[in-house]
Amino acid sequence: MGISVNHISKSYKNVKALQDISFDVKPSELFGLIGPDGAGKTTLFRVLTTLLIANEGTATVAGFDVVTDYKKIRSNVGYMPGKFSLYQDLTVEENLHFFATIFGTTIEENYDLIKDIYVQIEPFKNRRAGKLSGGMKQKLALCCALIHKPKVLFLDEPTTGVDPVSRKEFWEMLKRLQQKDITILVSTPYMDEAALCDRIALIQEGQILEIDTPEAIVKHYPKQIYNVRANNMYQLIKSLNDYEYNHSVYPFGEFIHYTDKRKDFNPDQLLVFLKSNQLSNIEITETVATIEDTFMELAK
Amino acid sequence: MKRFIGFVKKEFYHIFRDKRSLFILFGMPIAQIMLFGFAITNEINNVDIAILDHSKDATTTEIINKISASKYFSIKQMVNSEADIASVFKKGQVKAVLTFEKEFSKNLIKDHKATVQIITDATDPNTANTISNYVNAILQKYQKELNKDLTITYQIVPKTRMVYNPELKGVYMFVPGVMTIILMLVSAMMTSISITREKELGTMEILLVSPIKPLQVIIGKVFPYIFLSVINAVVIVMLSIFIFNMPVQGSFILLGFESVLFIISALALGILISTISATQQTAMMISLMGLMLPVILLSGFIFPISSMPMPLQVISNIIPAKWFIIIVKGIMLKGVGLQIIWKETLILLGMTVFFIALSVKKYKIRLE
Repeated sequence: MGISVNHISKSYKNVKALQDISFDVKPSELFGLIGPDGAGKTTLFRVLTTLLIANEGTATVAGFDVVTDYKKIRSNVGYMPGKFSLYQDLTVEENLHFFATIFGTTIEENYDLIKDIYVQIEPFKNRRAGKLSGGMKQKLALCCALIHKPKVLFLDEPTTGVDPVSRKEFWEMLKRLQQKDITILVSTPYMDEAALCDRIALIQEGQILEIDTPEAIVKHYPKQIYNVRANNMYQLIKSLNDYEYNHSVYPFGEFIHYTDKRKDFNPDQLLVFLKSNQLSNIEITETVATIEDTFMELAK
Repeated sequence: MKRFIGFVKKEFYHIFRDKRSLFILFGMPIAQIMLFGFAITNEINNVDIAILDHSKDATTTEIINKISASKYFSIKQMVNSEADIASVFKKGQVKAVLTFEKEFSKNLIKDHKATVQIITDATDPNTANTISNYVNAILQKYQKELNKDLTITYQIVPKTRMVYNPELKGVYMFVPGVMTIILMLVSAMMTSISITREKELGTMEILLVSPIKPLQVIIGKVFPYIFLSVINAVVIVMLSIFIFNMPVQGSFILLGFESVLFIISALALGILISTISATQQTAMMISLMGLMLPVILLSGFIFPISSMPMPLQVISNIIPAKWFIIIVKGIMLKGVGLQIIWKETLILLGMTVFFIALSVKKYKIRLE
């Protein structure tokens, strides 16, 4: 069951959107596709939801082939496209009712599945979908994608453009859905959300960089990372970039994440260098790698 | 079936919630019929003319009286010299000037011949022609009155009788044409826009990843518009009957059946357009340019097909509107039945089946 992708490649005219992608998603797993815009996430979703045919490779969803058994996939998966794709001139209730009807079911039949989410938007059930806030829209879209109790759920960037509180709530919902034996494939450009998945695939320019659990991916990070801070952020970045031994320099919130080329690196040497660059209040502490660090390292 | 009903219900929500389109949908037929019926007409009424009378005698006065007594002309002014004619035309005050020669009456009696010149403003050739015909008719009638005691041997008297539209009312010609245009516009443009809107808004993506069948989507899209177009057709026929006193000689049932057939062919064309256009704007442009222009220009609505050059006559055959106009004119004006228009009906039916088959075949089950 779940999803199985074998050597999928897909190109548009001159752009190679996907190059030899392979991975498996186990049944009732919450699997994340992490990558920047234009990495090929949406194309992969469209191949798996039978909307596009790959140039090479095969894939199965819930045990059905995406090309030959496309009709079976279409009645067994829930798909939430990246762009808000519900009827804006229909009310919340009418949208939900419509999607229940075309999937040959009713709201009542699967109400327990969407209950937790739907109660939050129920006060607005007579409001037109186009007039909802970003978070509300996504919750409604999720309800519509779930109403027929799909075996596999595809969520293409469900939290893009959603406020942090709604994002957190949204991920809690996904965790709960997972308990109900639904396989979930979710894509996101936010690295902090990646940590919430069972396993993740880091994807860039149509290629998978690494697939593993978020913990393992972080552990694989080859170097010691240092949090560096000083009185002048701009000057600090400039100085670190000029430092001949630097391996990577990335701004990360109020710190700079710094790694050094040398194996026997001593932070004191960096301190001396930075002081000589007229920086003060310098702070250098060891820190652990995040998924973002790993992504940056792999994408280098 | 439940799926289909659910889909049709959704379509009606879309239509009734889009107030602007709804207004166009039902306002346009009424506005067009009124426009074509009242304003745009090739009949002449109360045309302003000027007179240059060099002779000013009893005969010319009588002729002038006859002309001004007719409802076709009103004499706007008297001109005093040839030189003034050009200036009154240039001012655009009159459409025609009648010039009577000097000693008109005397010449008529002495030489049995007198001349009157009709000068018309031919910037609008149709009107110019009509004016000169009408003036001729009035003069001829007067001449007959003068000669009533005389018997001319060997006389050919043409007696013209205009059948089906004896009063030559323009509206009789326009109603079938306007009906065709409206049905084409509403059916083809509205459906093509409504399908491309789903593509543009991304809802098509979700519809595709669902068990709903292409045929259900297509029929579900088309169904509400059949309903609305039939209402429009009824409104147009009612308006033409009650406002313009246009008779419907033939059977209403046959007219209704033929209209539904034409509506379906237009809807199928709309679906076909939607399969080749990605945005609502493209769909609208293709509908307007690709359907409206041929319907107006090549269907025989405004310009008679028989006077077109051969290639255009051939092209006009592939335009469903041409056949529908023939059918509507036949039923409404001539009162013919299916035994006369079966050929046109069959052609229309064939086209409809062809378009539906093509659009179902072309309907994409994927995004590419």
